[in-house]
Amino acid sequence: MPVRVRVPTPLRRFTAGADEVAADGASVKAIIEDLEKRHPGMRERLLDDKGALRRFVNIYLNGDDIRFLDELNSKVKDGDDLSIVPAIAGGA
Amino acid sequence: MSYVTNLKCRECGQEYAVEPLHVCETCFGPLEVSYDYAKIKADLTQKKIESRPHNLWRYRELLPVESEPSVGLNSGFTPLLHAQRLGAELGVKRLYIKDDTVNHPTLSYKDRVVAVAISKAIEFGFKTVSCASTGNLATAVAAHAARAGLRCYIFMPEGVEAGKIVGSTIYGAQVITIRGNYDDVNRLCSEIADKYGWAFVNINLRPYYTEGAKTFGFEIAEQLGWRLPDHVVVPTAGGTILPKVAKAFKELKDLGLVKGGDFKIYSAQAAGAAPVIHALHKGTDLITPVKPNTIAKSIAIGNPADGFYVLRAVRDSGGWGEMASDAEIVDAIKLLARTEGIFAEPAGGTTLAVTLKLLAQKRIKSDELVVVSITGNGYKTLEAVADAIERPYKIEARLKDFDALYEQLGNGKEKIAGAA
Repeated sequence: MPVRVRVPTPLRRFTAGADEVAADGASVKAIIEDLEKRHPGMRERLLDDKGALRRFVNIYLNGDDIRFLDELNSKVKDGDDLSIVPAIAGGA
Repeated sequence: MSYVTNLKCRECGQEYAVEPLHVCETCFGPLEVSYDYAKIKADLTQKKIESRPHNLWRYRELLPVESEPSVGLNSGFTPLLHAQRLGAELGVKRLYIKDDTVNHPTLSYKDRVVAVAISKAIEFGFKTVSCASTGNLATAVAAHAARAGLRCYIFMPEGVEAGKIVGSTIYGAQVITIRGNYDDVNRLCSEIADKYGWAFVNINLRPYYTEGAKTFGFEIAEQLGWRLPDHVVVPTAGGTILPKVAKAFKELKDLGLVKGGDFKIYSAQAAGAAPVIHALHKGTDLITPVKPNTIAKSIAIGNPADGFYVLRAVRDSGGWGEMASDAEIVDAIKLLARTEGIFAEPAGGTTLAVTLKLLAQKRIKSDELVVVSITGNGYKTLEAVADAIERPYKIEARLKDFDALYEQLGNGKEKIAGAA
């Protein structure tokens, strides 16, 4: 069973409009590589040219910000939920 | 009528039409409203502004609305108080309090940003408005939505002060509390906004919403007699207001509406939610999120959307930032109430506590003009100070009981003198 990935509006042009897609991989980094294979163009939107998560992108693994886990190396298992969410939101 | 040209990504510069859109499709950077400043410069004068009603729309050329505003007609233009008694205690002659504890209708600076966001929601034709909030935004959105006849959904983290839940529900809003902190609520709301297509004031209307925060800065300058302060101290949570106050000052300067002079801007955070201050002190622009833990719930945001822009505005101005512990926050709330008769919420206590530190560090000198930004009202957050104040005495309704108590309180002599 693969991982479910929630896709925000700005990325849906890579997923033919789908708001949720499946991907395989044992870490967040591997999931992003798999997303790139299935939906070319996505990696560049998520990672900068040094391969780090972009400043204005948040990724949540089962609801937890991966910055509180092991960042891009955070371990992922089958059935997990991954959410990609633009960081620009909020204001109490 | 409008002076808005388009939306523009702050990071990569890509331009977008004026739509309910907040994130750049290319780089995920925040979108910001662009104006035709040449046209504004030709049309806007101090005199024109001064001739208008005392509300935030007196600066409408610099706000992103197209039509005649129908909400927020009493919002903004709050007092700028020359705080002489507090100033005397701190040894600062020109200390001013910008007092949004009395903003209309819900007693916080959020009435400014929401007035603009709801006006925009009406222009875009939305029927439902919503927000992710730590409380102040919730009450502001609920009240303005009621006034505008819009449906309203409010999302708050569990554990916000009871007054803020009551203060939103009373307006007929559907309030939903989320098991988690503000950052969890914010994430959920980003997903809900995407799916349900509602107007989330601080998500898909964010470029317009944040512009409303500039009015806090416009008013400071106008109320000082069209000049900029030497220093302004501003609380930081999500990071909306600080960069917008800096932007407001810059716009007034560029438009020739204020006398020159450089200002320094300072960020104040609660120690239990201070990711921006940590980054500032470390000298990095990489903000590491934290799990918030402070009594200053209205500024308990661990992953601030605009934290990066707070850092930039602070550094560009030559300012600084500090954090305050919960105990320092409570002491500062009491100090402000005791000396100036203003009851601030913990965010305001944070700002004053940090101002004390900046004075002690001599970053702000005693002969300079300082504005302390008080952005929310303490009546909404009684829980935060309830344990830190003196309990009332309880006596029978008999004069001799009061005489005895008065004596006990050490006032006997004074009483006899007065009676004689």
